[in-house]
Amino acid sequence: MASQWNLTINGKSVSVDAEPDMPLLWVLRDLVGLTGTKFGCGIAACGACTVDMDGEAIRSCSTPVSDVSGPITTIEGLSGGETLHAAQQAWITEQVPQCGYCQSGQIMNAAALLAGNPDPSDAEIDDAMAGNLCRCGTYPQIRQAIKRAGKTLTARAGLDPATATPTGREG
Amino acid sequence: MNIGKITRRTFLGATVAVAGGMAVGYYFYRKPYANPLLDDLAAGEAAFNPYVKIAADNTVTIIVPRAEMGQGVTTTLAAMVAEELDVDLDAVQIEHGPASKAYYNHAMLAESAPFPVFDESMMANATRAIQGGMSKVFGIQGTGGSSSTRDAYEKMRHAGCAARVMLVSAAAKRWNVPESSLKTAHGAVTDPASGKSATYGELAAAAATQDPPSEIELRSKSEWRYLGKSPGRTDVAAKVTGTAEFGIDVVLPDMLHATVKMSPRFGAKAKTYDKTAALAVPGVRQVVPIEATTGSGFGIIADNTWAAFKGAEALEVTWEDAPYPGDTEGLMAQVASSLDNVDDGFSLRDDGDADAALASAPADELVEAEYRAPYLAHTTMEPMNATARWTSGTTVEIWSPNQAPTMIQMTAASMFDIESDDVTVNTTFLGGGFGRRAEVDFSLYAAAVARHTDGRPVKVTWSREEDTRHDAYRPAAVGRFRARVGKGETPQALLAEIACPSPMQSIMARTFPDLPTAGPDRTVVEGVFDQPYAIPDCKVTGVIAPAPIPVGFWRSVGNSFNGYFNETFVDEMAHKAGLDPLAMRLKLMAPYPTAVKVMEQVAAMSDWGKPAADGRAKGVAFSLNFGSWVGQVVEVSQSEDGIRIENVWCAADCGEVMDPAIFKAQVQSGIVYGLSSAMGQEITFANGEVQEGNFDSYDAMRINQCPRIEVAVLENASNMGGAGEIGTPPSLPALGNAIFALTGKRIRTLPLSNDVTFA
Repeated sequence: MASQWNLTINGKSVSVDAEPDMPLLWVLRDLVGLTGTKFGCGIAACGACTVDMDGEAIRSCSTPVSDVSGPITTIEGLSGGETLHAAQQAWITEQVPQCGYCQSGQIMNAAALLAGNPDPSDAEIDDAMAGNLCRCGTYPQIRQAIKRAGKTLTARAGLDPATATPTGREG
Repeated sequence: MNIGKITRRTFLGATVAVAGGMAVGYYFYRKPYANPLLDDLAAGEAAFNPYVKIAADNTVTIIVPRAEMGQGVTTTLAAMVAEELDVDLDAVQIEHGPASKAYYNHAMLAESAPFPVFDESMMANATRAIQGGMSKVFGIQGTGGSSSTRDAYEKMRHAGCAARVMLVSAAAKRWNVPESSLKTAHGAVTDPASGKSATYGELAAAAATQDPPSEIELRSKSEWRYLGKSPGRTDVAAKVTGTAEFGIDVVLPDMLHATVKMSPRFGAKAKTYDKTAALAVPGVRQVVPIEATTGSGFGIIADNTWAAFKGAEALEVTWEDAPYPGDTEGLMAQVASSLDNVDDGFSLRDDGDADAALASAPADELVEAEYRAPYLAHTTMEPMNATARWTSGTTVEIWSPNQAPTMIQMTAASMFDIESDDVTVNTTFLGGGFGRRAEVDFSLYAAAVARHTDGRPVKVTWSREEDTRHDAYRPAAVGRFRARVGKGETPQALLAEIACPSPMQSIMARTFPDLPTAGPDRTVVEGVFDQPYAIPDCKVTGVIAPAPIPVGFWRSVGNSFNGYFNETFVDEMAHKAGLDPLAMRLKLMAPYPTAVKVMEQVAAMSDWGKPAADGRAKGVAFSLNFGSWVGQVVEVSQSEDGIRIENVWCAADCGEVMDPAIFKAQVQSGIVYGLSSAMGQEITFANGEVQEGNFDSYDAMRINQCPRIEVAVLENASNMGGAGEIGTPPSLPALGNAIFALTGKRIRTLPLSNDVTFA
C-alpha cells in the first residue's frame, strides 16, 4: 500500500505518497519532478542516479524510499545558491561533458569523494569513481576536474572551512 | 589506385540501397524546401532562413538541426552561423528546431557512395553527387556518418552571412547610406561616419523582408573569431547543473508514464498473454498492444515509471519461437557460411589479379587468417525513450532524443495512416547516440502507446534490459584474408572476403518495408576496400549474410569490425615479411602523404622506435574512415590482475578543424568506445533471445581502466573529414597488436577478453 513519506530534499521538506519499494530515483524524477538525477541501469551498476544522503553518495535507483534515512541532496541542490559547487565549476573549466547524461551522477559522486578527501590520488579517484560509467569516455577530463575541484576546496577551506562542504549545506 | 571495376550493377545498387529504387524527377530535386521556421514564429520574431531567427527584443536564435549527442554540434555548428552573422556565441539562443526536409543532410548520404575518400574520379564524384542529392529528394534530416560539420560548413556560414547582409541592407535603407559604409559587430549595425547604431533586433522585421543576397562573400579565415578555435561548449553549464533536458526528462501537463515489453525474439509475436497480474500492480492503468515494423509487444501505462516497470515484469506472455537459429553458434555459422558463396558477393576493389597472384605464390609466402566479430549493443547511457501526445486522434506530437526526425515523421505517418505533416517531432538532447538513435522504434512505440490515453501525453521509458535486448545491433562479421608476402617486402597480393548482415538492408526492411532492398552495401567492406594501401593485386569482396537479428549503425559501422580485421592482418603480414609493422604501413601508404604524416606523427608521439619498458609492449594501427586519416599506438602492460592499457597515442587528420578541443574530445571518445568493445562486449543468444541485459553482463571501460590518451591534430587532408566515429576503428587492432607484441598471442576473434584477462 502506498504510504506517505516525509523527505528532506535539497534543504526542503517534501511529502510524497509512494509504494515503500519505489526507488528514491523514481520518487525524485516522477513524483517530485527533479529530473537532474538520471536513470541508467536500475541495478546500481552505472552511477547515473547518484545522490547524496547525509554526506554519503548513494545509488538512488536501488534505494527504496522506505530506506531513506537522511537529508537528500541532488544535482539541483549541489550549488550553494548562485555559486556553483567547486566540482561543477571544475567540470566547466575542464569541459568534461559530452552527451552529459552521466555527469550529474559523476559530479555527485566526486563531491562526496572530495568532501572526505580534497586531495585524492589517482588510485583513490579510481576506487571512488569506478562505479560511475561514462559511455562518451570522458574519464581523463573527470580525473582532471576532480583534482582541480579539490584544489579549489582546499583553498576555500584555508579561508573559510564552512564553505568547503561538498553539498553546499551549512557545517 | 584503380578502384576496381565499378559495374553498372554496383553503381545502381549503391544508389538503390539508399533510394529504394524509386524514380525521382529532376523537378523534385530542384524544388527548394520552404523555410520551416515561418510556420511557428513568435510575435516580433523574424526568420531570415532556416537557420536564423531574430526577435525585436534582440534575441538571436540559431537553429542547429542536428542532434546534440555529445559531439558538440550545438557549439560548432552554431559558431559557423555566429561567425558570419557577427553575433557573440554566448549571447545567442541555440535550438534544434523543427523536423523538416529543409534540413536534409547531403554529406551523410554522399559519404555512402562506394568509393574511397581519395578517389576523385568522375564516376566517384558523380555517384557522391547522386547519393547526396537523394538526401534532398527524400529530405533526410539525420545526424550520423560523422557528417554534421562537413554538411554544415558551407550552408550554415552562408546562412549567417546572408542574414547579416540583409540586416546591413535594412540599415542602409533606414539611414540612406551605402551598405559598404556600414559595419557589423556583436549583433548590431553601425555607421562609423554618423555614429548611428541599431541592434539586429531593431532591424530584424525590415531586414527579413529583403531579398537574400545572390552572392555570398564569406569571411576569410584570418578574421575568424570562433572557427578553428575552441570557444567552449555552449551546453556545458546545463549539463553540470542537471538542467539539460534529455528525452527522458520531458515533463508535460497531465502526463502519464509507461514502458514497453517487446518480443524478446525478433520477428516473433505474443502467442498468449495474461494482463491480470500486471493490472494488479498499484499504479498500473492499462496494458496495450504495440504492432510496428520494428517489433511486436505491449505497452504498460501507469502513474509513474516504477509502476510501469513492475507491471511489465508481472505481465505474463508466451512468445512465438524465433524464426532463426536460436543460439550464438548458429547465428555465427550462418554468417560464416555466407562466405561459401563469394560469387554472390560484390567487389568494391579489384586491382590486378589477386586470385592468380595467390595461386602462383610459393607456400612460404602465403599468409591466411580468419577473423570474427560479435553482435554488439550500443548501450547509450540514456535508455531508449520518447514521449507522445495525440490530438483528436489525427495528429501526434513526439518528443524524442533522436538522430533522424524526418524518418520518424515518415514512418509514423505510414504506421498510423496520417500525413507526415501531422507528425510533429521535437528533438531533445540525446544521452548518447552512437547510431542507436537513428532508429525510429522508440518514437513509434511512444506514439502507439499514446493512442490509448485519450489525448493525455505519455512518456515511454525503456528499462536497461529492454534497451540492451532490443537494439539494432552492430552486425556480427566474419572476414577471411589471404596475402602473398615476400621476406622483407610489402605484400604483392591481398584477397579479403567479408560476410555480415547488411545494416542498410536491415534498416530499409524495418523502416520502409514496402520498398525493395537489394544490391551491394558498402558498409560490409568499408575499412578494407577503401584503405590507402598500395597493394598491386588486391581484391576485396563483400557477401551479404541473412539478417534475422536487426542490425544498424554502430559507431563507425563497418569500420568497427573491418578496421580490426584489416589492421590485424596488416600486422600479420608485417611479421611474415619480417618488417616493423609501422614501417611497412609507411611503405604501403607512400602514395598518400596525408596517411604517411599521421603515422610519422604517431610514431614520434609514442617513441615507436624505442623498445618498450619491461613488461610493456606497443601495437599500431591505421584507419581512413569518414574522410579522416587516423593513426594510433596502444601501449599495454602485464599486471597481476591482467593486461592494462597504459597509453594511447593518436594522430588524426580531418583536414580543416573547426574546434580543436571538441575534435580531440571526440577522437578520445571514439577510442574509449572502441576499446570498451574489444575488452569485453559481446551480445550472445540462447533460445533466440539476447542474453545480456544490463551493465553487469555488458559493461564498458571504467575510469580505473582508462589509459592516458594523447591526441594530435593534423590538418593536411584536402577534404574535410569527420570526428565522431574516427577514433574507434584503429583502437581495437592497435590494442590487439599490442597484446600480440606483449604475449605472442594472436587473437582473431573479438572480444579479446575471451582469450586474455584485462585488469
